[in-house]
Formats: sequence, C-alpha cells, structure tokens
Amino acid sequence: MKIGLFIPCYIDQLYPEVGLATVKILKRFGINFEYPIEQTCCGQPAFNTGYWKEAKILAEKFIQIFSNFDYIVSPSGSCVSMIKIFYPKIILTEDLQDISKKSLELTEFLVKVMNIDSTGAEFDHTVTYHDSCHALRELGIKTEPRILLRNVKKLKLIEMENPEDCCGFGGTFSVKFPEISSDMAKYKVNYILNSGAEFVTSTDQSCLMQIDSYARKNNLNIKTIHIAQILSNF
Amino acid sequence: MNYIPSKFRNNAVKALLNVNLRKNLTRAISHTLSKRVEVVSELPDWENLRQKAHEIKKHTIENLAYYLDLFEERATKNGVKIFRAKDSIEAKNYVLQIARKINARLCVKSKSMVTEEIGLREFLEENGIETVETDLGEFIVQLAGEMPSHITAPAMHKSRDEIGKLFSEKLGVKFTNEPEKLTNIAREFLRHKFLNADLGISGANFLIAETGSIVIVENEGNAGLSTTIPKVHIAITGIEKVIPRLSDLTVFFKILGRSATAQRFTSYVSIINSPKKNKPDSPEEIYVILLDNGRTNLLKSERLKQALYCIKCGACMLTCPVYQRVGGHTYGSIYPGPIGSVLTPAQLGLRDALLLPFASSLCGKCFEICPVKIEIHHLLLQLRAQAVDLGFASWLEKLIFKLWFIVMRNYKLYTSASKFLRYLLKLGIKPKVKSWSKERIFPELAPKSFKEIWRNQKT
Repeated sequence: MKIGLFIPCYIDQLYPEVGLATVKILKRFGINFEYPIEQTCCGQPAFNTGYWKEAKILAEKFIQIFSNFDYIVSPSGSCVSMIKIFYPKIILTEDLQDISKKSLELTEFLVKVMNIDSTGAEFDHTVTYHDSCHALRELGIKTEPRILLRNVKKLKLIEMENPEDCCGFGGTFSVKFPEISSDMAKYKVNYILNSGAEFVTSTDQSCLMQIDSYARKNNLNIKTIHIAQILSNF
Repeated sequence: MNYIPSKFRNNAVKALLNVNLRKNLTRAISHTLSKRVEVVSELPDWENLRQKAHEIKKHTIENLAYYLDLFEERATKNGVKIFRAKDSIEAKNYVLQIARKINARLCVKSKSMVTEEIGLREFLEENGIETVETDLGEFIVQLAGEMPSHITAPAMHKSRDEIGKLFSEKLGVKFTNEPEKLTNIAREFLRHKFLNADLGISGANFLIAETGSIVIVENEGNAGLSTTIPKVHIAITGIEKVIPRLSDLTVFFKILGRSATAQRFTSYVSIINSPKKNKPDSPEEIYVILLDNGRTNLLKSERLKQALYCIKCGACMLTCPVYQRVGGHTYGSIYPGPIGSVLTPAQLGLRDALLLPFASSLCGKCFEICPVKIEIHHLLLQLRAQAVDLGFASWLEKLIFKLWFIVMRNYKLYTSASKFLRYLLKLGIKPKVKSWSKERIFPELAPKSFKEIWRNQKT
C-alpha cells in the first residue's frame, strides 16, 4: 500500500508543525508514504470564489501528481472534501480516475483504513473538539476524531455546546463579509470558553486559524491545536 | 435600511449591531428549532421521507411541462380557469382585469410569497382596490409598511411589545403586549373585511395534477375564509408547486409542517377543487395563475433546477448562521436566506443579486435541514462560478486570483514566492488585509515552510 501525503498549501506556509505531526504519526505506524514535492494547492480557494477554470487546471495537476498512490491522506477535512466532493463538479468522470475514493482525511484514514483507535499519544489536558463543516457535513466525519482523542492518555475530552456550528471562516467569505464572519467566530469562541477546556482542536487548521485569530485579537484565553499535533504527542 | 440585494453588506453591518433585532431573531429561531428537533425525532423514517419528497419533486420538475398541462386540463374540467403568467406584469394585469370585471372594491389576501414576489398588494391599492393581508404575521408587516422577514413567519423580527405599539398606533386600540389580546384585535378588524370582500386572493402550497386541486395549509383559518367568502377566488402560485398525485401529500404533509413551524400538522388544510354557484361556502369563480417569473431560468440549468424542488418551508433560513445574525430584511429580496440566494438571482438576474451567493460560509446546514434535500450550499457555489464567468468580479479580485493561480500551477514558482514573501517579512513588509484584521489578527507565515523543512531533513 502506497500513501501519498498531501499537505495543504496554507499548512505548508503557515503551520508546518501540523504537517510534521502528520508525518510523525504515519512513521510510527510504519506506513509507506511519499510526499510529492511538486504539490501546491488543491484549488479550493479559486473554486469557492467562482474561479472554476483555474480550479480545474489545479485539480487536473493534482490528480496527475497523486495518480500513482493507493490512498491520498491529508490533515484537512476541507481540502479532502475539495478533492472528494468538489472535483467531480469540475472534472469529467473519466478524468477523475478513482481520486474521490482514494482521498481521506487523516483521522478517517487511521480509523477506517488502518483500524487504529489509539496512536499511543499522551496529552495531559482538557480538550474540546470543533467539528469542521467540511469534515462533518461533506465527509461525514464525526466519530473518528473523537475515538482517537478519547484514547489519548490523560486527555479529557469535553464536548462544547454546539460543536457543529460553523466557526465563520468560509474562505473568501471571511474577507468579503468580515463582520458576519467575526460574529460567528465570537459565538464559537464563547462555546469553547464555556466548555472550560484548555485546548480546542479540530481536523481543520483553517477553522482553528479563524478561532485563534479572533481570540488573540480579543485577548481571550483560548489555545488552539490541530488534532495531528495531539495525536503525535508520543 | 435600503432593501435591495446590492446593499446586503451595509444592511448586515447595521443588523449585527441592532441588539433588539438580534434578540427577537434569537428568541424566535431557537424556539422553533428546538421544537423542530422534537417533532422530527418522532419520525424514525425522517431520512426516508426526505428522500421520497426529493424524488417526487425531482420527477415532477423533470416532467414539469407534462404535469402543468395535466393540472390545467383537470382543473379546467373542474370549472377552474387557468392563466399562465410569464412575469409579474402579466400576473398583476390579469388579476386587475378580473377585479375590474367584478367591480371589486375590497380584496382579502391570505399568506402568499408569490404575491409578495410580484408586488400584488401595492399594485391593487394603486388601482383603487383596498387589499388586506389576513395572515396575522402578514397583517403586522403590512401595518408596519415592511416586507416579510421570513417566508413562513413574516413578522418574526418583531417582539410582542413592538407589535403592541404598532397596533395601538395604527388601529387606535389600547396598548397591550399579550399575544392573545393582540390576536383578538386583529381578528375583529379582519372579520369585517372578510364579510365585505369581493375578491379573495391566496397562494397555494401544492397543485395536484391528477385531480386539478389547489392545496393550502395554514394555521389561522384566514386562508379558508379568504377562499370561500368572496365570490371570486384567485390562487397565484409558482409553476414549481405542482405535484403528480393526491397521495403524494402523505409525504409532504409529514415534512412541511415540521420543517416550517415545527408542527406535526397545520391546523387547517383546504383542498379546493371547483367553484359552485349559489353555495355559501364556495366562490362562484376560481382562477389559478401559474407564474413563471424567472423559474424557467433555473429549469435551463441541469444543476440549478434543484432549487425548484423548494416547498417554501423556510427551515434553511432558521438554521443558517448568516440569516440567524442578520435577519431576512438584510437580504433585500423577497426570498431571504440560503434558498433565497439561489431564487433571487433567477428572478432579478445575477448582476443585481451578485452578493447573495457569496453571503454564505458554505457550512452546509441548509442542506442538512432541507426536507426535500436541495444541495443549497452547492448551488451557491454554482452561482459564484456563473458570476465569475460573466465577469462580475472586481478587477482587484481577478488580479489576485490571476497571480495566485500563476504561482500555484508551478511549484518552482511557488517555492520562490514562498522564499520571497519570507524575505519581505524580514524587511518588515507584511500583507495588510484591513477588513480581516478589524476583529481578527491576520495569520503570519511560519519562519520555514513545511516544504523547506522536509527538503532539509532529506538532505
């Protein structure tokens, strides 16, 4: 089994530690993976803003780069949903190959393909989990990250009120409608604070970026951490 | 506030700061949504029902011309007169023609979004025909001179105190904020109107092709009165409301009340088949106006035509985090919220409704709740693509995406750009995104990218 590791562009540029954490987990389980260096972006920012021609070219390139792998694994529900759910909207079925079936978000891959329910990590903190909209409602990922988190030694998982509510990021939405986007972050941040957890985690760093950006600007005591960073703490 | 879609952002900023509005919205929405969970969870086959409803609608929309013809044929046989209106002007003129023919002075209207869509009430009033909304919520917004802010709960943006004040100002009654007393005031006022009306106008929730029937569900009895007391009844409805069989209602009745008002069933259902001469509980003439008004624009698109499955329950609005914050008026369109952002561009043209498909974080809650499983969030994406294709994006946005694209399609360029940006950062040059940074700190580049760390590790 050969795995292609996809590190989304914004993780590459802003949060390399999330990529490194993913590598650490894959290595621990002896998973045979490659990181194709010529990868860039899945095309989602263009797709979501309406630039489908550009998104299509990037999608074709992506498919070409990752065509020789059995699975494509990525620490992002959002970028995986771009590949799985949205590529079929811009690319003809015959050109898609089986890219949709092959692409998996990290926790989904660990639990469903590798049958792993614990990474052997330890994290002596209280944590609350934010469901990213794309992971939850496009990919149906709800239990996998929670299974893995519950099995992290010393970690106490606390559910916040409305974990399924959107953080307000929405890509270009956060730029076009910053006031609404920030107000959504405000509510999310309150649910997190009310949960009393020390950390908020998610499958998606983009949600965490929005939450962190709002919390820091408003001097709120919220610590964000990507799920791969918790799961690789061994 | 300026009620046009191009003012969405300005309206939204004002609405976000309107403490009173937000309190009213939160109260009404959270009440309905929590009750909805209760009445939906009672039905273990909810997902099957959604799927069935979706399939019935899909089949009908795929064969819309056939079912409209069948409806017309059967309804005509029942003695109902059918008129197909291309747009709002045709529909309004037809109504006026009937009103003039019977010399109508007073018209009672039951709740109908389609009549809001064509601006019928204002049109009839301009032509000297007093027109009264008889649905309590619609009556309230008519008194206030406002638009409905939700398609099934038109006055949900108002508190009972505000309604009490409105009634005492406009109807000259003593102030009260008790819902029961307020309802009685409206009831008394409206009862006279019902008894003296020459013309009754309604919408329709469903048109049954096989029987030629008009189906109206409601809670206040005003639709029943509007369609039986006056001598002439005109039902105006969108062409998408037709369904094949009477028995299809067993599916739709289960989902509609639950989705719209969190009710197991509405208080009343009227199934109207034919006019009868000299009977007290039936009009002598019944007309049905089948309105297109942009709907066939949706029909032309293989993907967007899904929007015509909509049964106008308004659930997507209640669950939408954007709508929850800014309310229906902000959209500046007759149909607000997620589905409104698909329907309005079809009606007004995408240029005039350009902001609406972008006013969503694409969280997908609208699809999750939709009782006929319309992939609303994906339709919004489709419209965004149309907007860019038609060249409606700003020059700055186009430029940014052009540059972004050039960099992203070539990883060597991507790597150089990544180094260049870090060099700029060292010189203290940072990107400024003013709108983002008002309430949020703009994220910063990591000292080294993952690619760079990866390469260094390998060598």
